Amino acid sequence: MIRLENVTKVYARGARPAVDAVSMEIERGEFVFLVGASGSGKSTLLRLMLREERPTSGKILVAGKDLSTLSNWKVPALRRQIGAVFQDFRLLPNKTVFENVAFALQVIGKPRHHIATVVPDTLEMVGLGGKEKRRPHELSGGEQQRVAIARAFVNRPPILLCDEPTGNLDPTTSLGIMRLLDRINRTGTTVVMATHDDEIVDQMRKRVLELATGELIRDQHRGVYGSTR
Amino acid sequence: MRAQFILSEIGIGLRRNLSMTVSVILVTFISLTFVGAAGLLQLQVSKLKDDWYGKVEVSAFLCPTGSAKAQCAAGEASEEQIADIEALLDSPELAPQIEQVYFETKAEAYASFQEYFAGMEWAEMIREEDLQASFRIKLVDAENYQVVSDVLSGRPGIESVEDQRKIFDTLFLVLNRASVMTVGLAALMLLAAVLLITTTIRLSALSRRRETGIMRLVGASNLFIQLPFMLEGAIAATIGALASVAGLWLGVRYLITDWLAQEVVWVPLVQESDVLALAPLLLGVAVLLAAISSLVTLNRYMKV
Repeated sequence: MIRLENVTKVYARGARPAVDAVSMEIERGEFVFLVGASGSGKSTLLRLMLREERPTSGKILVAGKDLSTLSNWKVPALRRQIGAVFQDFRLLPNKTVFENVAFALQVIGKPRHHIATVVPDTLEMVGLGGKEKRRPHELSGGEQQRVAIARAFVNRPPILLCDEPTGNLDPTTSLGIMRLLDRINRTGTTVVMATHDDEIVDQMRKRVLELATGELIRDQHRGVYGSTR
Repeated sequence: MRAQFILSEIGIGLRRNLSMTVSVILVTFISLTFVGAAGLLQLQVSKLKDDWYGKVEVSAFLCPTGSAKAQCAAGEASEEQIADIEALLDSPELAPQIEQVYFETKAEAYASFQEYFAGMEWAEMIREEDLQASFRIKLVDAENYQVVSDVLSGRPGIESVEDQRKIFDTLFLVLNRASVMTVGLAALMLLAAVLLITTTIRLSALSRRRETGIMRLVGASNLFIQLPFMLEGAIAATIGALASVAGLWLGVRYLITDWLAQEVVWVPLVQESDVLALAPLLLGVAVLLAAISSLVTLNRYMKV
């Protein structure tokens, strides 16, 4: 589903590479943790997969598309195959929960009747049934992140990229979010999650890819967070 | 779904930047009014040319009694001199240039003079002897005045040759300069309009960065993301253009049709229909301005 071949990303000329000659392969339906200290290149890797950045060298394949040769006008089609969740939720404050999720479908031109059925289903699935009319500031952090996940998943993308989705949440709430991501993973969605949260990683026992100063230093199935924290 | 969504986005954008939107409307209104005024001036010039050049005549005034000119030393133009001039006008040199020749006697000159200035006190003091007989020569092409003038000038019996075009040319020069100045002002205002539209779109894009960020993330197409901004600029500019058409129409209506045309009946003046003929041009300029501004801004501020 996602394959990186010797990918290097240098932001400023002469600077240390943010991602240094990383190769990895993530299969369809996998759940993968990207771990590593701040600045180890986790976020850059996710940005490369979303094609928000282009690699300085190397080849990236996502959902069957070669991102190094993908032309600009095909980027939207790629992003419709990828859901993205962030630490800071990125909700629209002046829209309701329903509108926030529906927005993702409206802007890619989905018909109204489709939106009217899919959005409530998705909200039910993430555990926000009955809160459609609330606005983001009326929700707890965990609920806001559920809205964000609903928005990322409402178009049923085959890939879900999460950049520290539990970074702003307390451990109990984080656990709820992890259960939700696990459920999404069980529907066949490939989930890649960058995180600092050792407890979660140790509990979930999924594949762990560890980065340090831009290099991939560990690829462990049913792994734990590790000692390099 | 799409159209409705885009429309509501545009509405939000226009309301959020209301003061900028209003200034875009005003600036395009003023600049396009200048453009339109220049257009109307040019139309007026060509109307006058059409009308007047058709009527223009070269007048060869014959010597009156007591003229100081050398070719009039023999006193009033004699019958022979007049016959000579007629022969000259019929010569192969001039004949092809001339459409029609009309000889105006002193009596006729006096009659038309009195008719034209009927009721004026000073006109009554003019006697028939004070006026000159003349050949009124209508040319095939008014531009060839010089040829005819060169042949006739200085002939015995002809005091002077006058081309009426000369009188108009000064007027046309004034009108042309006025339209050049108007176009210059219009160009400056158009530049201001482009800069303002650019700024407006940029502000609008900045104030909706959060939305557009999410749109990009979930895979909305560039066109879909950029269209509301482009249409915002285009709508504001179009309203400005419509306002300028309305302004010009009212201006022509009250200044020209209702006032000038009543006072000055002897020249064809621009009419409201001329403003309407200019309207598509003005709208086109407005849309073009908005399109250029949006392309420049959006390419710079809203990359994929």
